[in-house]
Amino acid sequence: MALLPVKFDLKKRVKLAQTVWFMYWFAVLAGVLVLSMGLFFKIELRKRSELMDNNESHFLPNLLILMGLIACSINVFGGKVCYDSLDPDKFAKWKPMLKTYLVFCVGFNALLLVTAVLCFLMRIPMQFTLAEGLRNGMRYYKDTDTPGRCYMKRTLDLMQIEFRCCGNDNYRDWFEIQWVSNRYLDFSSKEVKDRIGSNVDGQYLMDGVPFSCCNPSSPRPCIQAQMTNNTAHYSYDHYTEDLNVWKRGCRDALLFYYGGMMNTIGALVILVTMLEASVTVGMQYVHSSLCNLANPEDPESESEGWLLEKTVKETFTDIMDKMKSMGKGIKVEEGEPVVETVS
Amino acid sequence: MPFMPVKFNLQRRVKLAQGLWMLYWFSVIAGILIFSLGIFFKIELRKRSEMMDNNESHLVPNLLILVGLLACGLNAFGGKVCHDSLDPIKFSKWKPMLKTYLLLCCGFNVLLVLVSLLCFLMQFSVYLTLAEGLSYAIRFYKDTDTPGRCFMKRTLDMTQIEFHCCGNNNFRDWFEVQWISNRYLDMSNDVVKDRVLSNVEGKYLMDSVPFSCCNPGSPRPCIQHHLTNNSAHYDYDHRTEELNIWTRGCLEALFSYYSSLMSSIGVFVLFAIILESVDMAGLKYLSTALETMAEPENPECESEGWLLEKGVKETFSDLLTKLKTLGRTNQVEGGDAPEANT
Repeated sequence: MALLPVKFDLKKRVKLAQTVWFMYWFAVLAGVLVLSMGLFFKIELRKRSELMDNNESHFLPNLLILMGLIACSINVFGGKVCYDSLDPDKFAKWKPMLKTYLVFCVGFNALLLVTAVLCFLMRIPMQFTLAEGLRNGMRYYKDTDTPGRCYMKRTLDLMQIEFRCCGNDNYRDWFEIQWVSNRYLDFSSKEVKDRIGSNVDGQYLMDGVPFSCCNPSSPRPCIQAQMTNNTAHYSYDHYTEDLNVWKRGCRDALLFYYGGMMNTIGALVILVTMLEASVTVGMQYVHSSLCNLANPEDPESESEGWLLEKTVKETFTDIMDKMKSMGKGIKVEEGEPVVETVS
Repeated sequence: MPFMPVKFNLQRRVKLAQGLWMLYWFSVIAGILIFSLGIFFKIELRKRSEMMDNNESHLVPNLLILVGLLACGLNAFGGKVCHDSLDPIKFSKWKPMLKTYLLLCCGFNVLLVLVSLLCFLMQFSVYLTLAEGLSYAIRFYKDTDTPGRCFMKRTLDMTQIEFHCCGNNNFRDWFEVQWISNRYLDMSNDVVKDRVLSNVEGKYLMDSVPFSCCNPGSPRPCIQHHLTNNSAHYDYDHRTEELNIWTRGCLEALFSYYSSLMSSIGVFVLFAIILESVDMAGLKYLSTALETMAEPENPECESEGWLLEKGVKETFSDLLTKLKTLGRTNQVEGGDAPEANT
């Protein structure tokens, strides 16, 4: 008993082949889409790799690029087969390969599903990479004269402006590190000496933030220095002031951005998986209907197409038997030389 | 003597019709591009209309949108005519309209030339509008509590950050206006009172700039206040310091952005004019080739196509004579009436 059998006459077969060919071309476009999403994600990771300590994992975008390329090629092949399927001579060329091709497609679909799941899960390692990278980024903010770190200040400033965030968790992170380079500190000044002497590490700490934390929407000019000192500024209360600097931390902002991107890519990959599954099903019907012509010489004869030749249980037991016989074949080969020597 | 005649047989006619049909579809795409460029330009002007005192002229983008739509329509019609030209029955439907259509296309080309000229000339108007608008913007920077101007601060800050510029011509423009609202000035403070009294208009002026003038590429944290006072900061010389704040003025930055946009649109419209002219010439050849078939019943006969039926001079003098006779008929009609009355 075949699984989901459908009767086909010539007209239905032609319609099926045309529809499946059309769907294969959509699937090629979908493959190109997956490839471009992988490239886009890779570029976005590279753009901000300084903030992730050059330590970010490129596994997911590389996988997406590979999946996109494979999807394009197998869908182009499938489209070609569908196009030739109505001509018995051309189709006879492709017939022997179709069974392996369909098995390969099923495997590829499973891989696509795994990729989609990964897109949603990779958020977690990204969180840790970002947290550590940003912490280091802030520590190296002042090192504009150290080769390899001289652009950290600019990168961090541009990122805080673009993503509307300040510090790692919030703006107070800037109070805990020295973000002014020693080259611009007057060590003969009493104030500077006091501040440096006031903590164990000898760092020049202050309750100020860089200008890139400023919020342009604030009605008053930005207060960057002496932020926790209410008397230093007229009509200012740092407990209630919430428009002066950005309140959000950069780790949250970047995670939201990358997380959103990965969620979208994951959703699109799921849609592409569904499209691929449907074209595989369509191809299976095309293949089975053309293989079962009642009268092989007459193209207008009726035929029957199905999803699986036997029911699910029987197909499964068949596969298990095949694998067992393959296993036994290997064992017999090993056992044979023993028999020969005895007799 | 026809102007630039070319002999056609059936194959050449078919090739011409097919090539022309494809060219008309390219022209439709070019029309769509002009339309979208017009919309993009309109959006860009609207986005920064606050910087231009809401006074900017939308003539060029509106013209571009109109011209884009016209181009699409005319070229789609031309493509349809080409598609039908090889079938005598369908073509006879379009034949009478072709002369008017070609005249329309001529007029449309003249309009395109005008639009392209405007794209280059209106840059002056944009420059003047920007200069005025930016000076108002800097003056209204502090009015974050005045309805209608409360977003000027944010807009100007974002513009300075985005376009990497400071002030109108340079950062010193900020020294001449009060950019801190009175609400945040402690009027009982002596320093504040001194500053306010130190100038005729009673403004709180200082040698500082807003944070949006800061250059993130500077190796040292941004120095915004006491910019001209070297002793206020360690190891600072305001005459040699270049990376601290943006040195470019926003007028120059915004103008170079808009002028490059307008110049590119102008160049693209010129390209569209060339494309349209080629279309017109091709259609003229096709229609004359189909009209002058030696044997109308036999589609495979030879024919001749041309650009103008007589030479350029003769066509021109013909046109002039036509215009004169039109003028004379009016005069005669005017003369007839008094005769009829008498």
